[in-house]
Amino acid sequence: MDIYVKVSGETPPIRGRRGASSSSSPLPLFCRAFSSHRSRHLSAAAFKSPWRSPLAVLFSPQQKPLPLGFSIITQLKPLPLDLSNINLLCSLCSEASRRPLCSKTTKQKKHMHQFGKATKVFAYYGLTSPPYKLDALEPYLSRRTLELHWGGIHRGYVDKLNEQIAKSTLYGCTMEELIKTTFNNGNPLPEYNNAAEIWNHDFFWESMQPNGGKLPPGSLLQQIEKDFGSYSNFRDEFVQSAMKLFGSGWVWLALKTNEKKLTIFRTSNAVCPLVWGDIPIIGLDMWEHAYYLDYKDDVSKYVNDFMDHLISWHSATARMFRAQAFVNLGEPKIPVA
Amino acid sequence: MALRAIFSKKTPVLASGFGAGSRCLRSGLCQARGVAAVALPDLPYDYSALEPTISGEIMRLHHQKHHQTYVANYNNALEQLETAVAKGDAPAVVRLQSAIKFNGGGHINHSIFWKNLKPVNEGGGEPPHTSLGWAIDTCFGSMEALVQKMNAEGAALQGSGWVWLSLDKGSKKLTVETTANQDPLVSKGANFVPLLGIDVWEHAYYLQYKNVRPDYLKNIWKVINWKYASEVYEKETA
Repeated sequence: MDIYVKVSGETPPIRGRRGASSSSSPLPLFCRAFSSHRSRHLSAAAFKSPWRSPLAVLFSPQQKPLPLGFSIITQLKPLPLDLSNINLLCSLCSEASRRPLCSKTTKQKKHMHQFGKATKVFAYYGLTSPPYKLDALEPYLSRRTLELHWGGIHRGYVDKLNEQIAKSTLYGCTMEELIKTTFNNGNPLPEYNNAAEIWNHDFFWESMQPNGGKLPPGSLLQQIEKDFGSYSNFRDEFVQSAMKLFGSGWVWLALKTNEKKLTIFRTSNAVCPLVWGDIPIIGLDMWEHAYYLDYKDDVSKYVNDFMDHLISWHSATARMFRAQAFVNLGEPKIPVA
Repeated sequence: MALRAIFSKKTPVLASGFGAGSRCLRSGLCQARGVAAVALPDLPYDYSALEPTISGEIMRLHHQKHHQTYVANYNNALEQLETAVAKGDAPAVVRLQSAIKFNGGGHINHSIFWKNLKPVNEGGGEPPHTSLGWAIDTCFGSMEALVQKMNAEGAALQGSGWVWLSLDKGSKKLTVETTANQDPLVSKGANFVPLLGIDVWEHAYYLQYKNVRPDYLKNIWKVINWKYASEVYEKETA
């Protein structure tokens, strides 16, 4: 999940036509949005779709899978970056070349569009791609499943949340803040479901990888053995927990902050461990839409395939390392010189 | 057949659809071990009879796998409950309640669901012209309003559950209710009688409609068996 910025203004000008604005400064448009001493002259036309990050335009004109853990903007604040020297790739032209807008008016080397006067800046949540191609998890999760699950359902949650947030006082939070606030100690507000499902699904995609499964690496395996006895105990407990779930929900391996140990538990519908302050390490989507096309009603095969072939111990280890910054799991082993 | 009648606790389901051409599988699970066991009711129509509204594959999986699982797990839970009650093991009795509610509710709800559906060529989708029709017009304004309301509530339901057209036995009023997971309608109110129930668990539509639940809800009205709903309504308001 990233937060993107959409700037509203007048109707997007047709490419090539000089707008009515007085801005003809050669500065790139991104800088101008965030320089407070200038009037803001930006237009949503600069972005192919309102949900596209300006930086996404900069780095990749098409939607490319982002590397694991990469996040463009996570705070809704004016960017502290100095972008005065960055030239933006224009998504309207969808080309990397830079051409003057209108040959008879300018000798500028930078590519620019004319824009109307910006009146307001909106922030909204964006859809993060899984860190692998949609067919990378075959034959365990088909491309069609991922297309529908990520492209249809996950995207739907993002769109719905953005609609809800636009008119709400909860506007402007990071996703974690939003989830904890809207959970409201068990009386969730309407935005909770969408926010939590977005977060859960992001977490889920990153909990899987092609050629996953097998055993966790050293330190995480040690922690699992400490908390469950052995890897096979852990695996059995995870599978049993998944099978005992009634209805839609999730199964989590999480680090409980109070008990300071790894625990497996299941939650209903959209509840996620963040609301209790626990740190999730692995999440498995047990909603039927996650497996029905590939496994029909054979839930145990789905969970077993997840454990054996899909689970991403890389992400789990990274999350565990990060979790140890918040939870003291024991005395550190300081090597003796 | 007689054996099943003795050992099953459910109300007898119409088996009239069993002509020579019927391809419904008789997968009646007869638990001869205890009198409290239930059995999987047979469908009064073929699996493919509700096409193109609900595909044959969905009907087959829904009936043979999902409903069957509920029946088997419910019977299991009942056996364990009997043992626990006999031993006076109160914690075990309480612990079994969620399994009984879930699986028993699943069996009850799906048994009603199969009766709520009817192939188009046998009258499915025909609106009621009886006292139920009048009651719908009184309580909701029109049939379209009822359909819209049920579709809206069904689409808005988070996760898994059911949407019901229910009759309040006390006040004789019709209402639209939703229940979560497999909770039966009586969990919403002891006086509620289900006239129509629509399964909005994803297994009921995902293979065909994918994640577009509103399309499934829009189309299912073509195969709704209003005759059954009218009969139940007349019986309760008699």
